Amino acid sequence: MFDWQFFVLLLSNGILIGLMYSLIALGFVLVYKATDAINFAQGEFVMIAGFVVAVAIAAYGAPLWLAVAVGLAGMIGFGFALERVMLRKLIGRPVIAVVMATIGLAAVLRGFGPLVWGAGTKSLPLPIPEEPVVLGPLFIPPIQLVGAGVSLLFLAAFSWFFLRSRRGIAMRAVADNQQVAMAMGINVERYFGLAWAMTGIVSALGGIVWGNLLGVDVQLSLVGLKVFPVVILGGLDSIPGAIVGGLIVGLVENMAAGYIDPYVGGGTKDFAPYVLMIIALMVRPYGIFGKAIIERI
Amino acid sequence: MIHRESGLLKTSYQADMALYPLPIARWSIAVILVLAFLIVPLLLSDYYLSIINLISVAIVGALGLNVLVGYTGLVSIGHGAFMSVGAYTAANLAVRLDAPFWVSLPLGGLMAAAVGAVVGVPSLRIKGLYLAIATLAGQLIIEWTINHVTWISGGVQASIEVPRPSLFGIQISSQRGMYFFLLAFVVLAIVGVMNLMRTRVGRAFVAIRDQDIAAEIIGINIFRYKLLAFAISSFYAGVTGVLYTYYLGIANYEQYQITTSIDYLAMIIIGGLGSVQGAVFGAIFVTLLPIVIRIAMETFGGLLFSSGALLNIIPNLRLIVFGLLIIVFLIVEPEGLNRLWRNIRSYFRVWPFAY
Repeated sequence: MFDWQFFVLLLSNGILIGLMYSLIALGFVLVYKATDAINFAQGEFVMIAGFVVAVAIAAYGAPLWLAVAVGLAGMIGFGFALERVMLRKLIGRPVIAVVMATIGLAAVLRGFGPLVWGAGTKSLPLPIPEEPVVLGPLFIPPIQLVGAGVSLLFLAAFSWFFLRSRRGIAMRAVADNQQVAMAMGINVERYFGLAWAMTGIVSALGGIVWGNLLGVDVQLSLVGLKVFPVVILGGLDSIPGAIVGGLIVGLVENMAAGYIDPYVGGGTKDFAPYVLMIIALMVRPYGIFGKAIIERI
Repeated sequence: MIHRESGLLKTSYQADMALYPLPIARWSIAVILVLAFLIVPLLLSDYYLSIINLISVAIVGALGLNVLVGYTGLVSIGHGAFMSVGAYTAANLAVRLDAPFWVSLPLGGLMAAAVGAVVGVPSLRIKGLYLAIATLAGQLIIEWTINHVTWISGGVQASIEVPRPSLFGIQISSQRGMYFFLLAFVVLAIVGVMNLMRTRVGRAFVAIRDQDIAAEIIGINIFRYKLLAFAISSFYAGVTGVLYTYYLGIANYEQYQITTSIDYLAMIIIGGLGSVQGAVFGAIFVTLLPIVIRIAMETFGGLLFSSGALLNIIPNLRLIVFGLLIIVFLIVEPEGLNRLWRNIRSYFRVWPFAY
């Protein structure tokens, strides 16, 4: 007998978690879209943002709005500084240079967080009720609703930004062709900085939402590993792709955890999205919404 | 007598192709070999030999990864997993079939080569960032499989104990014995890569790295050579895994996680991509780094911090220094330690008469 209630529960949980993955993947896509750099430290960005907010609340007793403001401001500054100090120097270098630089950055951040703020898990309290919202057969933790809402809000905001605003159009021009954009009088480097700062914003929000859900410690950065299947499935340079990819990954991992785990003894959650990703890479290497690249010599 | 070269005086192809064209280079190689085989094992204590043994294992792995990343230009974040494939293959062979190491070692390497080639299949269609992520997926999937299939991993804590390797009835169990055992493979690995790069295959790898579409147009079968690069590189990784397993006496997946893959990538980047010397320098540097940091913090850290704080500081400081070094080398000296070494050497080559 097929258990419908169990299925719907997995479905709703998958969708909400998936949207929360999308939020983090959004940061990844923004940077890739504008600067062609892949950010292997996305999970660490989220972790650092979580640390800042959690420590501001717990150790300094800051009210929530102030802590969030500090987190946002800190991550924006961090994004600008990072572009200025590290990534600008790597423009025009081979792919592996940028990949390795962000992997190095990930190591630095993973060491820096616990070194400065201690290795213990910190809680990040938000004024959201603990009791799940009951909707017929569904039990939905409110934090997941908030996370999914924030994610959708930012999807809309960034879509508007890229389609309508002057800066967003300039950033698309930079992403499309840096040299032509430069010739048109666009300050390319400033937009690179802006893209990293936007990633900082998204990471800060991701850090708050995920930090509340999982608690803040080094393990929080593992969320970053989930980003890769999301962006590969959706396409590395597509904002709607980040949302769709996030939904797919969220659903697949919840279904796998619900239906396959009992047979193989757990762990499929972290494994199934990657299998799906490999298949997607074979069939459609540039993702569902990604732009196929035509190579010339 | 200080020898200096002047002019190109090669009269045969053989002389042109020589690995070490200058007498001084041949002499220094001889000196290094004498040092490595006679002086070092006689002078150093077991503790230092154990560090050198770790370096030896790392050199083999770094050389292999360099074939793929440095020479062929394909990124792999899955080498830790390929090592674990070699390690568990050899451990299973050694425990279940009582295979001696000279059987299990090449078989472990071949198994890793096969798995590596499969993981490398997407490299035909994708490259760069996408390939990096595909190999990352390979790493996670292999790790998960080994961890969850008890037939491979031996059940409890996914680790298998292996007997010490023996040769001609003599068991190699001391650090000094292990030193010679590993050193032999280091020499084999270095000679192997150096010669590989002089062959048609090696030239094809370099052509693919420099411009893969152009390489295809001049008649290089890209698919074959990319898979071959993955296979050769993974063979080295598999052998590294087997060597490490025999050295530790146990195969354990925790030694081959994603951080291991990153460590090896760091070695070849800090050492210098696409050079044998670079891989050796990088392996030495990255292996010594945590040891130096630990000793330094244990010696001087007590002046500033309490011993409880030090327990938190040492591993995190290692991560920070490690990451910073990768970034600094990428920005300041992309060709790594090998370039620094060349600069020093060419300075002294013309030393009193620099112009």
